[in-house]
Parts: sequence; structure tokens; C-alpha cells
Amino acid sequence: MTASQTRVPRSSEMLHDYLLSEEQLEAMYRYMLLSRRLEERMMTLNRQGRADFVIAGAGQEAAQVGAGMALKAGVDYAAPYYRDLGVMLVLGMTAREAMLNALGKLDDPNSFGRQMPSHWGSARRRVLTQSSVVATQLVHAVGVALAAKMRNDPIVAFASCGEGSTSRGDFHEALNFAAIHKLPVIFFVENNGYAISERTEKEMPVPHVADRASAYGIQSAVVDGLDAIAVYQTVRPAVDQARRGAGPFLIEAKCFRMWAHSSDDDHRRYRPREELENWASRDPILLFRNRVEEDCLFPPEDLDAIESGVDVEVRAAAKWALDQPDPTPDDMYGFLYREGDDG
Amino acid sequence: MAEVSVLEAVRETLDEALASDDRVFLLGQDLEAGGVFRATDGLSGKYPGRVLDTPLAESSIVGITIGAAHYGQRPIAEIQFADFIHAGFDQLCSEASRWSWRTRGEQYLPMVVRTPWGGGVHGGQHHSQSIEAYYAHMPGIKVVAPSFPADYRSLLKAAIADPNPVLFLEHKRTYRLIRQEVEGAPAEDRIGHSRITRRGDDLTVFAYGMMLHESLAAAEELAGDGIECTVVDLLTLNPLDTETILEAARATGKVLIVHEDTLTGGLGGEIAGIIAEQAFEDLDAPIRRIAAPDIPPMPFHEAMESAFMPDKVKIAAAARDLAAY
Repeated sequence: MTASQTRVPRSSEMLHDYLLSEEQLEAMYRYMLLSRRLEERMMTLNRQGRADFVIAGAGQEAAQVGAGMALKAGVDYAAPYYRDLGVMLVLGMTAREAMLNALGKLDDPNSFGRQMPSHWGSARRRVLTQSSVVATQLVHAVGVALAAKMRNDPIVAFASCGEGSTSRGDFHEALNFAAIHKLPVIFFVENNGYAISERTEKEMPVPHVADRASAYGIQSAVVDGLDAIAVYQTVRPAVDQARRGAGPFLIEAKCFRMWAHSSDDDHRRYRPREELENWASRDPILLFRNRVEEDCLFPPEDLDAIESGVDVEVRAAAKWALDQPDPTPDDMYGFLYREGDDG
Repeated sequence: MAEVSVLEAVRETLDEALASDDRVFLLGQDLEAGGVFRATDGLSGKYPGRVLDTPLAESSIVGITIGAAHYGQRPIAEIQFADFIHAGFDQLCSEASRWSWRTRGEQYLPMVVRTPWGGGVHGGQHHSQSIEAYYAHMPGIKVVAPSFPADYRSLLKAAIADPNPVLFLEHKRTYRLIRQEVEGAPAEDRIGHSRITRRGDDLTVFAYGMMLHESLAAAEELAGDGIECTVVDLLTLNPLDTETILEAARATGKVLIVHEDTLTGGLGGEIAGIIAEQAFEDLDAPIRRIAAPDIPPMPFHEAMESAFMPDKVKIAAAARDLAAY
């Protein structure tokens, strides 16, 4: 760990300033489970030929939900990446909306069927529209933070990406500019060990993405991305200090991609069977559940209630979304340019 | 009122925009010192904190402009030479161009990227190029390339007010060369409109940037020989003003398209295509194009550079052939 990296709380440690209430812990579990169950249902729909494409965050829910809960929803700006269903749910996206998105339906609030699924965007939730080009969104977040700083608005811009994105120039340009101007940007890297089939050692010669931050004078931390509470307790102080003007912060969450890159990929071609088997016992949702039970964080019977609620919600959302209108050919037209003045 | 150069028109317009709207700010390389062409001379002192020097990194210059525009500021980026803008191609073409389209207008980008383009300044391969065709190909980016100072003023103002990404091309050879009494001069303030600058019955010339001035010079010379040209200043390269293009083509039935960019895949092909598709029966001669030869960049040495660039002599010669057809 380099000098600029901060001390990271272990999962067994609850920092006094960043204690989570019982309600927050229950919400944390609910968001993680909702994300997983939605993605499972999307993959089923894909295998049934009813959803063309799925790209999922399964295995990364603890990182996404822990980080998302450290933000002020509706106040802070987010430029998440395509695996971040968990972040989107925390920021207010509903199960129904997630299903509309997965099916490319006309009423999908992210892109109205114009983009592939999981290319998020929501003006009212302050989520920047994003493309499939990785790392471009990091620079957009820096631009948002620059503008906010010019206006003295106390917001934070959250930008996330996978570790694969950190090889692109935009990652480095974003860190550099944010550091020069001491901008309130949280760079959140979900390191799931793979850029499609390429393992991290083919992507970079240093053990941690966070090591790269020190070259730009940016504070950084490495956190266990399978531990939602630890992620929250790492991201939240970084968000708070960025909001106070302390500048950008990079957090690398060590995660695990449980599934293939996408519904079009078969990871058995490049991942050893033992790797997947070993990680199955480290499913972040399972770990959270065990933790709740062992540490008596909240009554364990609540877990079951949350689970049955999520199952009902996901089934109903999928059923409802399948019946919603599809775009027509003419829906490709319009909105190339915004008409009139700039509002 | 005194004459104003292209460069002065740009600087004055930036000054006015900074004065009238506190959301406007400038970013780019060397801007605080006035910029390498002096387009931002004096502005950093006059508007503290609103003229930002950036690192030499074009992708982030464009990408930060996107983020700031998304937030609600009115950023105006400068890419020091158009030749270097391609490092920001991804941000412009994969992101900015479709920000509104992919959100059905819920998110949009009131942003301008200014950049000096064009040759005739002994700038060699990377300080002379015409880059407009790459970007004019992309629906969702407006590309503007004026020729006269009055239009630089009105169209840069329009670009800043526009809620969409505008690539504003400033021909660097004209920066100090072209001067105009702007008071009372025609000034187009609508992006997407071309102007018939000169009317004549024998043939129609389409041009923009420095080539518009060469075309007007050629037209003047030809008039002395009894050949009268209609000359169209395209002003906006995307979206093209199809209506004015067709009207001007039909008016004479003979079309000559001039650009500094290389021939293949240049805008001349698109303009010719529009005319061939929609005004074929009004044509009295094959459409002619004058463009730079298909070698990758502009050569450095004056002998090769002037041979590479179209000019009034080449335009006049082609126009005579066309008039006689």
C-alpha cells in the first residue's frame, strides 16, 4: 500500500461516525438482493429469448450498494458503469424500471429502448447518460464537479468503472484534472479481476488500481468489495471530505464477477472451475446474511421477510414489464438536437 | 466603426459572452496567457476564474466540457489546433453527439468546441488540416465554419446560445488576413443556414472558410471576362442547408464545389450527392469538385503547400471550363 492510501476499516470494525442504523442495514440487504434477483430474472428472460442482452453485476452488489448508500441520492451526481444496477437501485430506480430497461421497452427511463440494457441515465436522479465506451464517464464526472465547484454547490460527483477501464487514457486524464483542481470526485473502481477474459495481471503491472492514484496526488483506499458495510464505511468518509473541499478520492473495491462478462460470453473458456467454486462461498449476499446472524445486526427473521418481498417484487415487475409497449420504428427519430433555447 | 479581423471578432464575442452570462467559461491550453493565436487575450484578467488552462489532453478537454455543460454551465473549449482534436473524437462522437438522442432530450449539452483549422500558414501536416468531414459525418454535432468576421460574431454567439454541441471552426489563415466593416454587414445568426453571397447566372460555386474568399476573388476576376458566378458561403457544414444548396444549384444549372480538404470523402461529395439526387434535371453540366489531392496531410514546403491547396487561379480555371460546357 502506498503512502497516500488511507487506513481501511476491517469488516469487524464499526467506525463510530459511520454506524449504520438497523433500517439502513436492512435496506442494504434489500438492495443487494433486489439487484441479484433482478439480474437472475433478466438472465432467465434472455435464455427464454425474451431479453436480447444482459450484462450483470452479480458478485459486485456489496460494492455497489455500499458505495451508493454513501451518496446523497438526488443531490450528488453519479456516472456509474454498466454493471452498476446496485448503484442505480440505491439512487431510486425501481424494479419495474430495471425490467423496462432490460427489455428495451419504450418507457425505459434510461434510454427508451435506444441503448443496450444497463446503459444508465436519469436526469431527475442526477445520473449522467452513459455509453458502452469505458472510462469516458470518469471525465464527465470531473466536468460536473468542476461546474459545481465554480457555482459553490456542495455536491459530489461519483464515477465508477471496472478495473479494465483504468487502462484507458480517460481514466488518467480524469484523475489528473480532478487532482489539479481539487474537485469533489469519488472514483470508485470495482475490480472484479477480469476485463472480459483478461486477468488483472495482463491489464496492469501493479497489484492495485489504487496504486495509480498516488501518481496524481490523489488519496486512495483498497477495500473488500464483498463487504457492503466496509465499503460504505470507506466511501462515506471520502464523500464527506470531498464535499468539504478536500479534493478527489479513489476507492478500489476488490470484487468478484460471479457470471460471464455478458449473456453472450461463456467464461468457462477462460476461468478455471475451481476459481468459480471457491468464490461461490464468498457470495457477498451470503456473507452479509451470515454477518447479520452472527453479529445480531438486526433480527434474522427480517432477512426472510426481505427475501420473500423481493421475490414477489421481481416476479411482478418482470410480468408487468413484458406487457409494456415496445418502441415502434418511428421511435428512433427525434431528439437528435434539443430544440429551442437551453431552458 | 473600424474594420474587425476574424480574430478580433472571435475575441470580442467571447468577451461579450463572458460578460453577459456568468455560466460561460473558457477552457483549453494556454488560454490564460491569451492562447497561441491570442483569441483569449486579456480575458483571464477580466474574468478571474472563468478562463481555465487545461493540461495538454484533448480527450479530457472535450469530456470535461461535456460534464460541465451537463451540469448547466456554458463551457467553451478551445482545441489549440484542429489537427489535435482527434484525441477528443471519442468524447465528441461517441458521447456528445448522442447525449440528447439517447435520453430523448432529457439530458443535453449546451457546449461549444472552438478550434483553428485550415492551411496556407506553412503549418505542415499537423498545423494545417481540414478536419470537418470527420465531424460533419456525425449526426448530433453541429459544425460551423464561417468566412467573414460579421458571421464569426453572429454564429459564435448562436453557438454559445445553442443547447447542443457545436464544433466551431475558425480558419487560422483568415484570423488576421480577413477584415470587414462589420456594422451593417450581413450576419447569419441561425446555425444550419447558408448564404448566397454573390449572384450570377453562369455557374454556382460552393465554398467555406478560406476557400470562400478564394472563390469570391475568382468570381471577381471572371466577371471581368463576362462570366457571372453565384457564390454560396456554406457557413454551417452540419446540418447542411439543403434548401439553399438546391436553390443555388438550380439557379445556374452548373455547380463547382471547392474545399481545402482532400477529395475522397470530403464534404464536396455530400453536396454533389444532394444536388444529383434532388436537382439532376436542372443541371446543365457534370458537377465539378476542386479539393486537395488525396495525400494524407498538407506538405510543409511552400512549393508543395501552394500546389496542395486550391486557390483562386485553380477555381477560375475550373469555372471557365464549366461555364463553357
